[in-house]
Amino acid sequence: MNNDYIIEMLNITKEFPGIKANDNVTLQLKKGEIHALLGENGAGKSTLMSILFGLYQPTSGMIKKNGVEVKINNPNDANALNIGMVHQHFKLVECFTVLENIILGVEPTSGPFLSTKDARKKVLDLSEKYGLSVNPDALISDITVGMQQRTEILKMLYRDNEILIFDEPTAVLTPQEIDELMKIMKNLAKEGKSILFITHKLNEIMEVSDRCSILRKGKYMGTVDIANTTKEELSRLMVGRDVKFAVDKDEPNPKETVLKVSGMTVPSKVHKNNAVKDVSFNVRAGEIVCIAGIDGNGQTEFVHALTGLEKMSAGKIEFKGQDITKSSIRDRSKNGMSHIPEDRHKHGLVLDYTLEQNMVLQRYWQPEFQSAGFIKRGPVREYSEKLIEQYDVRSGQGPLTVVRSMSGGNQQKAIIAREIDKDPDLLVAVQPTRGLDVGAIEYIHKQLVAQRDKGKAVLLVSLELDEVMNVSDRILVMYEGELVGQLDPKKITVQELGLYMAGAKRDKVPAEV
Amino acid sequence: MAKNNLASPSIPKKVVTGKGGFIAATNSILSSFVCIIIGLLVGFIILLCINPEHCLEGFMTILSGGFNNISIHARNISKEISEAAPLIMTGLSVAFAYKTGLFNIGAAGQYTVGALGAIYCALVLQLPWYVCILAAMVCGAIWGAIPGLLKAFFNVNEVITSIMFNWIALYGVNEIVKKFAITNADGSITRMYESAKNKTYAIATKAPGSRIPDLGLSDIFSKSTTIAIFLAIIVAIIIYIVINKTTFGYELKACGHNKNAAKYAGINERRSIVLSMVIAGALAGLGAALYYLSGVGEWNPNDSTACPAIGFNGISVALLAVCNPIGCIFSALLISHITVGGSCLPTAYYQPEIADIIIGVIIYLCAFAMLFKMFIGKFVKDRSGANANAEPKASVASTSKKEESK
Amino acid sequence: MLLLIKYTLLYGIVLMLVALGGMFSERSGVINLALEGIMSIGALAGVLTLCFLPEGMAPGLIVLFSILSSALAGVIYSLLLGFSAITLKADQTIGGTALNMMATALAVVIVKVVNGTASAKLNYSNTAFIFDFDLGNGNKLTLNVFLFIGLAILVLAALFLYKTKWGLRLRSCGEHPQAADSVGINVYQWRYIGVMFSGLLGGIGGFAYVIPSVSTWNFEVGVTGFGFLALAVMIFGQWKPINIFGAAMFFAVFKSLANIADSTFLATLGLSKNIYDMMPFIASMIILVLFSKNSRAPKAEGIPYDKGTR
Repeated sequence: MNNDYIIEMLNITKEFPGIKANDNVTLQLKKGEIHALLGENGAGKSTLMSILFGLYQPTSGMIKKNGVEVKINNPNDANALNIGMVHQHFKLVECFTVLENIILGVEPTSGPFLSTKDARKKVLDLSEKYGLSVNPDALISDITVGMQQRTEILKMLYRDNEILIFDEPTAVLTPQEIDELMKIMKNLAKEGKSILFITHKLNEIMEVSDRCSILRKGKYMGTVDIANTTKEELSRLMVGRDVKFAVDKDEPNPKETVLKVSGMTVPSKVHKNNAVKDVSFNVRAGEIVCIAGIDGNGQTEFVHALTGLEKMSAGKIEFKGQDITKSSIRDRSKNGMSHIPEDRHKHGLVLDYTLEQNMVLQRYWQPEFQSAGFIKRGPVREYSEKLIEQYDVRSGQGPLTVVRSMSGGNQQKAIIAREIDKDPDLLVAVQPTRGLDVGAIEYIHKQLVAQRDKGKAVLLVSLELDEVMNVSDRILVMYEGELVGQLDPKKITVQELGLYMAGAKRDKVPAEV
Repeated sequence: MAKNNLASPSIPKKVVTGKGGFIAATNSILSSFVCIIIGLLVGFIILLCINPEHCLEGFMTILSGGFNNISIHARNISKEISEAAPLIMTGLSVAFAYKTGLFNIGAAGQYTVGALGAIYCALVLQLPWYVCILAAMVCGAIWGAIPGLLKAFFNVNEVITSIMFNWIALYGVNEIVKKFAITNADGSITRMYESAKNKTYAIATKAPGSRIPDLGLSDIFSKSTTIAIFLAIIVAIIIYIVINKTTFGYELKACGHNKNAAKYAGINERRSIVLSMVIAGALAGLGAALYYLSGVGEWNPNDSTACPAIGFNGISVALLAVCNPIGCIFSALLISHITVGGSCLPTAYYQPEIADIIIGVIIYLCAFAMLFKMFIGKFVKDRSGANANAEPKASVASTSKKEESK
Repeated sequence: MLLLIKYTLLYGIVLMLVALGGMFSERSGVINLALEGIMSIGALAGVLTLCFLPEGMAPGLIVLFSILSSALAGVIYSLLLGFSAITLKADQTIGGTALNMMATALAVVIVKVVNGTASAKLNYSNTAFIFDFDLGNGNKLTLNVFLFIGLAILVLAALFLYKTKWGLRLRSCGEHPQAADSVGINVYQWRYIGVMFSGLLGGIGGFAYVIPSVSTWNFEVGVTGFGFLALAVMIFGQWKPINIFGAAMFFAVFKSLANIADSTFLATLGLSKNIYDMMPFIASMIILVLFSKNSRAPKAEGIPYDKGTR
């Protein structure tokens, strides 16, 4: 047996009713390497990791550690095998301190009581050794996302884990924080830890990993040495065809100003400061303006204030020449504003309503669909069938499908159909491609550009650097609730954009274009 | 998780029929039946434990409900029907609020205040019956509006507020009913409370004009049988239409399922919460009017231990009906049936409260009736072929729903 | 005044015990609306034990056995909530409401069977539980054993919650069960423990409510909404043991007014008993309105935990 491999998942197949999430997948991790696991959303990466953690049992296949077959029935077994994981959504208790989170589950005690003295020392030693600076007594709710991630890493190191899994660790970080994380990962590998790095970002794989295994639609596409491969080859393996990194579009042809925001200030719900501070800009018909920024820099509050979901404490919004600062959500929608919300489950859809009920969510009150307070069933059905056809929304039972049972991509398509079919003068699209695969992303980008070419105004809010660079005609960078830069996507590099997003660089943003 | 099917082979277009809804309805009815049967079984076991000798006889008595001793003026059957009418209303009250995502445990308090409204308008003001009914509805609506307003504007959990308001209603109504007295111009004193009987005066004798008409029904059944049951059924149908066919119902349900999405769609969530509680309160108040204005019973202000059971049993009615307004009619009849059956138990061996235990068990089971429903649903689905678009974890649904409702 | 102190301490301890029970349950992530029913069942078990214990038994043993049986009954009844809320992931509010409705009916049936009559009242002797504390000048303050048990439980509860690894684990289950699960903590087990603690304290609390003040109890009454007041106390006390103690005493003053209304200066106000009975509920409404906006409930309470959802 080849004992180079510290952990091996051999010929893993996992079936769910109606779906093969993993189909004969093999993953072999060498000691001391950084091994990337690449695949699109829905390619089966998460399922594979859940199997490694004992959350699911594989339908067939086996797992070996150091060449010996092991059974992993629950997360405790995985812990016992020294496998640790930094989850995409951190598993941290917000009202506990860093130290409490680290020791949770393996608490040192003296008598019946907790004794944290030795644990504190061990944590401090580890954070020094690996360059993971955190304050062990800070509350999780008070520290930055980067620090929270370091807490997660310390959690694994405190448990002396050998195999460290990072699930999409860079999604929430700034480019600068990402660099830092890459350094930490290399450092860990140098100290003999084996790292499994789950991602769909090719640049990061090229930068940090030694080898890469690729999944596509649940199937294993092979493992390649990073030294002997290119980004293009990896993406071909991941998607199954050549991916265009650019979006086809003509030069923008901006016309009259549609939206004019001046001095918008929105108070925060979580802290005492303002989430959005004195933001002024405008959007013209026939252009796509993108608000770029790291998650949590006030974009959510900004969009909510713009669409009427939240109140602003100062400032003014003018839409097509009218002051709509105090207008209700319904009035803004009536006037021609559409909103593709950030969280489709929270805001975009009533998951327990049928597809047709969701299709008329913004217009059920129009005379077309109701008379004297009674909903007209016929027109609702016809209208939703038209949208389903036109936008290729796939579902089990057509208009009568309960939306909860639909796939994420189709749910998003339904929202996009609904919002674009309103023929809005301003389309506010917030992270419209989040969690979707490449095919769906391309489709949605095309729709946004088509809207623009029809002479409509589009305001895109995005966290994805590629999307920001490729789709927009003009970039506004938001940092800590302020606009810190107005950039031309054709004249700027991703690195430079990163500096603005991280607050390292800022210009004065002109209120008028 | 492998949920993305954008790239999966396209699903052949099916002819869309109402089949999905039909299956869901069948599942609901089946799961309710499972609850009832287990509840009755528990009742049987209790009877067996208390007195094994007479347990079969006792069980049959409970099962027979209003059909016990049917020869004597059909007394029990009329009791069953006339108690079912207010039960339908309190059941509708709970069910209606539930559609908006609110758990109206306060139906009992709204019922209590509604009772005061009805009794006051009848005994003191001597108003015609329909005005008395309206007054009871207004009283109930006001009592329902308070927790609604507190929920909408202060985000206070409506369950706790409703419970507190139940007690406040009970003590308050008792106080007013017992102490109320006005001296008329001719020196006579008008009271609601007849101290000789420890109850309020009987409506039929003191205020005949306020009694709900019976259209001859009381000749067939007993004197407390009026058209109340028909009024209740009509209201149930109206509520069904409001919930399922109107934009108003669409808005309320949207708020109940996902208040964030409702807000996003421009629906005024606070207005929906308050309106929903106002209507729920009015329905409970109407229930009280149907009970007291039919003369099924009189209010006893010395009873300060709990709000009337009809209020609380509304929860059972609604849950058993899976909050379907039409279902409420049948579940109210069933609950009333079991209660009357319990009261017919021979007190030498058994206690009438055994019926309450059975009802309690049924609601306890209803709490996880969704689970039965899922099992039955799964069974049906497995046979009709798996849905390729279904998510592997069905339980995600229940969890995330909770989160929304928080 | 002494009477007011006596009743405030009596009711305050009961409210505190039950609210602490609710706290353990909610800290583990389960909303326990069934406290009212658990109290009834605990009271029933304790009183029945008291009635059936032999006459000449040492007072200490009587106290011990009856309290233990009330606690045990509370725990068993709370398991019904645990089963529906944790194992079957049912709606916690509905499950709790059903248990409340069932509890009163169950207690009445059992008492009637024991009595062999249609009366739901039980008579008992509470002399083993109460004693007088001499303040000098002939003033006596009547106290009961639950005062000391309650204070001991308060200290233990605070230590358990904040100073032991079990407390840390229990709290993590109510805040972020997925995090707890990911480090090998059995969320279901800890939620059961939280619910059972609430059953234990709720059961003792129910017994402590019934015993010291009167020597006969009508079980048709249940515990007159005390379980719900305890929930308000818990919210007012922000799910923290020491704050709960303070909140319980605050509410107890209002509750006591009804008891002392006839025998003190309050009699001159001429308000009837109904008004005094309303007081604690009105007070709790006002408190809830004032405090609900900033209340910091355990994050995951009321949400059934499902291992499959990550």
